[in-house]
Amino acid sequence: MSSDVGWYDDAAGPLVRPYMITRGRTPADDERLDLSTQVMTVRAEEDVPAGLGPEHLAIVRLCRKPVSVAEIAAYVNLPLGVVRVLCGDLNDRGLVLTRSPFLSRAKTPDLETLQAVLDGLIKL
Amino acid sequence: MVPTPVKIVIAGGFGAGKTTLVGSVSEVPPLTTEEVLTEASTGVDDLSGIEGKQATTVALDFGRITISTRHVLYLFGTPGQTRFWFMWDDLARGAIGTIVLVDTRRLETSFAAIDFFERRGIPFIVAVNRFDGASHYTAEEIREALVVPDGVPIVMCDARDRESSKLALIRLVKHAMTAVPAPA
Repeated sequence: MSSDVGWYDDAAGPLVRPYMITRGRTPADDERLDLSTQVMTVRAEEDVPAGLGPEHLAIVRLCRKPVSVAEIAAYVNLPLGVVRVLCGDLNDRGLVLTRSPFLSRAKTPDLETLQAVLDGLIKL
Repeated sequence: MVPTPVKIVIAGGFGAGKTTLVGSVSEVPPLTTEEVLTEASTGVDDLSGIEGKQATTVALDFGRITISTRHVLYLFGTPGQTRFWFMWDDLARGAIGTIVLVDTRRLETSFAAIDFFERRGIPFIVAVNRFDGASHYTAEEIREALVVPDGVPIVMCDARDRESSKLALIRLVKHAMTAVPAPA
């Protein structure tokens, strides 16, 4: 090891700690977006207001087509908790639409949804 | 148009083949994401053995299946280690149900998963993953050994095989449909 700039690697962890990106915020329990919640950008990038971080903008760009919270975390390479906070910010600003798998806590899918999933799986 | 997401949880002990099952039916290679556990999690999490760490990460594997323009199905593999089970509630909330994948060489690793979903009234089926060389028990032998309730289906599967994994998913959805109360 001759280089003195090689100290930073994956094992060292992220250079910017997750709580810096969210400015210390964690998602409130009842506001948490589900891992499967679909997020879709509804504004053109030039209409995105100032004051958002690069991570917010990365999500805006990624979600031109609907993408789940879990996929966003995988593609933008951030922990799920951070992605939930950032998507919440975008939602509050009306930049994205979200759709979750349930309307209220602990609600399971209705029969119509189950039938649609069953039909889809059989056709695979 | 934003599709409505639906979820199926793939549970089971460490090494039972959860990620293999996700990979055999997912339309994208299984993705991995991480949740950072900090002090907020430690109240409900047994971090014995890793006390020295300020934060640790739990890896979560998942895949997706586009059902139609209206629905997209996500398959989430639960983290196998018992100290991460607090995440299961989050995964199971609003889910269709769970496939508990069983490795017959390590039956004991499935007990807790079956107990977890049974207690919470979450629809689940048991899928016995037939590994090469593993002895082949009958469904009834598995039911007895794992104390699986009578109403819970037990299916044999090969998690590496797309058709076989698909049939397990279909069986779970059918089972979940029997658990939905009929509209009044």
